[in-house]
Amino acid sequence: MPPKSILVRFLSDSIEEELVADTRACELLLRQARSANLLSRVAVLCDEKDLTSRLPQRMQNHLQSARAVAEANHRSVKWEAKQIELALLADDIPFCLLKGGAYVVGQSVAAKGRVFSDVDILVPREFLEKTEQLLIRKGWMCTNFDSYDQRYYRTWMHELPPLQHMKRGTTLDVHHAIIPPTARIKSDIKKIWENVHKVDNYKVLYIPDNKDLILHSAVHLFCDGELENGLRDLSDLDLLLRDFSANDDFSVNDDFWAALLARSVELNLQRPLFYALRYTHALLKTPVPAKFLTVSKQGSPGILAAKGMDFLFYRALAPDHITCTDRWTGLARWMLFVRSHWLKMPPLQLAQHLARKGYKRWKKRHASV
Amino acid sequence: MKLSSLTRPELRRRLKEEGIGLSIGPFNTNLSSSLSVVADGLEQLYGAFTLTGDADFIDFRISLNSPPGLRRWFRPQVNFSFDGFLPFKPLPQVQAFAMFEWGLNWCIANNAHQYLIIHAAVIERNGVVCILPGTPGSGKSTLCAALVCKGWRLLSDEMALVSTETGEIYPVPRPVSLKNQSINIIQQYSSGAVMGDVVMDTAKGTVSHMRPPQSSVEQSEKPGTPGLIVFPKYTAGAEPNLVPLTQANALMKVAENSFNYSVLGLQGFEVLGELVSKCACYEFSYQSLDEAKETLESLI
Repeated sequence: MPPKSILVRFLSDSIEEELVADTRACELLLRQARSANLLSRVAVLCDEKDLTSRLPQRMQNHLQSARAVAEANHRSVKWEAKQIELALLADDIPFCLLKGGAYVVGQSVAAKGRVFSDVDILVPREFLEKTEQLLIRKGWMCTNFDSYDQRYYRTWMHELPPLQHMKRGTTLDVHHAIIPPTARIKSDIKKIWENVHKVDNYKVLYIPDNKDLILHSAVHLFCDGELENGLRDLSDLDLLLRDFSANDDFSVNDDFWAALLARSVELNLQRPLFYALRYTHALLKTPVPAKFLTVSKQGSPGILAAKGMDFLFYRALAPDHITCTDRWTGLARWMLFVRSHWLKMPPLQLAQHLARKGYKRWKKRHASV
Repeated sequence: MKLSSLTRPELRRRLKEEGIGLSIGPFNTNLSSSLSVVADGLEQLYGAFTLTGDADFIDFRISLNSPPGLRRWFRPQVNFSFDGFLPFKPLPQVQAFAMFEWGLNWCIANNAHQYLIIHAAVIERNGVVCILPGTPGSGKSTLCAALVCKGWRLLSDEMALVSTETGEIYPVPRPVSLKNQSINIIQQYSSGAVMGDVVMDTAKGTVSHMRPPQSSVEQSEKPGTPGLIVFPKYTAGAEPNLVPLTQANALMKVAENSFNYSVLGLQGFEVLGELVSKCACYEFSYQSLDEAKETLESLI
């Protein structure tokens, strides 16, 4: 297993004195956090720990800069949410923000220094076509004109091809489910809609219930295969779990843990929740009570498979930085990417998809020579 | 210790192995490369810069090396890596040094939001900092190079770093980037101008960099107080012509030329408002560099 990075130690332990005393440790934290898209979060956490002013001036400058980036990001996502609402109000279509957008608009702890490059929304399947039309009317455009990709998204995926706003350049992913309809695990999206919460000062904007936010984040992280932001998403999970599981007097809220596990059964998402609890606890020391860790093992793929996944995830969840990789990291990331496709489609369909993609890549390469 | 104190072989060895740490204005930059174009460029243009110490905090770690594979020999290329991240597609290897300059601009513009960053040349005379914002083709770099050759202090030929706390301008006195005809114009204008290698057929045409004056590099830790904002416009056949700008117009025009005005939000607006209210603001068309110099000096 690769050595624990200073970024992971910053997120899980108290290393304030080490950072104050050692300039090079600070610089290493900067480098790893920058490559993991976590610098803005580090900045906010340093402020909360009253640490910022004790750090080297150069580090303070970078933290100030990163804080500004996150604040700009949050302003932008709120503006986008307003614009999407204005577009969808025409037909009173309800929509739900997911991931980063939901954290920011829902003022959750995972909004702390969270940066993102696109906005994700969920709309009921029956409004999908209408939603796309209304968004296009307000300036969002499809940027991918490849007919195969279009068909791939529209018939098989749980989202439309990404839309981009003509003037603002912002990217919008419109989902109708949290898992592709072709995937091995099935989860009933209606149950997520049953528990959504309306956001104050908006008319058709909702955010998922706390437990569903966690489960969706887990699905995204442990089934999607794009792990460049793996540690960032793991840190989101850590912050959400810590916040929701603590009572006002800081005692452990057993009810929350029981309800979360029960909800994972309802939504058929025990496997992703198992991984989420396993790796937040192992890497970020999230205080998951032992008995609930044990219960979550009902979602385990089996002892041997879990060992294999440990090998992959301990590497892929490390910052994507030269100081955090070993000889197996590249292979681990690649295998998780392959696995994500394996989870997304049945074998025959996957073979067709890969053949199609491979042929197109070959054709493109030969066209450009 | 200055970069010029390293022997040629020592400079090349360090550049290849641990990298060369340079204090460039407010940024400590570590550059590593096994390409001789990069070593030559450093030697020609960065001699007056101070080397960082072993224990110093490095803001930007940059490397310029050939991509792996056949392209090492066949039409060789160079990649710009910012601590392992490649923000650009590879360029032909002869452009490696220019790519360092462009890439460092990118690093600053994307990672230094403790400043309001304006796309501008910045120079100073008699304690008054003059900001020359400019769209490409406005001639700001040429005018900046000319004035710097005649004794003005160089703060930057590419970006004004306005402190969000004090409103002062922080210098990053790096080599001045000159394009196409400007290279000859400056060489003819001042015999003292030292140019690096001339590289042809880049995305910006023919490019060369002028060494920044030693005195400017030595003052690179001394911020300056802004007093003048001039939007230059090279116009063939024009007499020098200064047109005053209202503060509101100047603010809008400077905002258009800012890299991170929108990132800073309200703070950006406040810093910019403060800046514009402290400065005399003009649009300025000119043809002759000598006349332009006279006009600008009359404002200070």
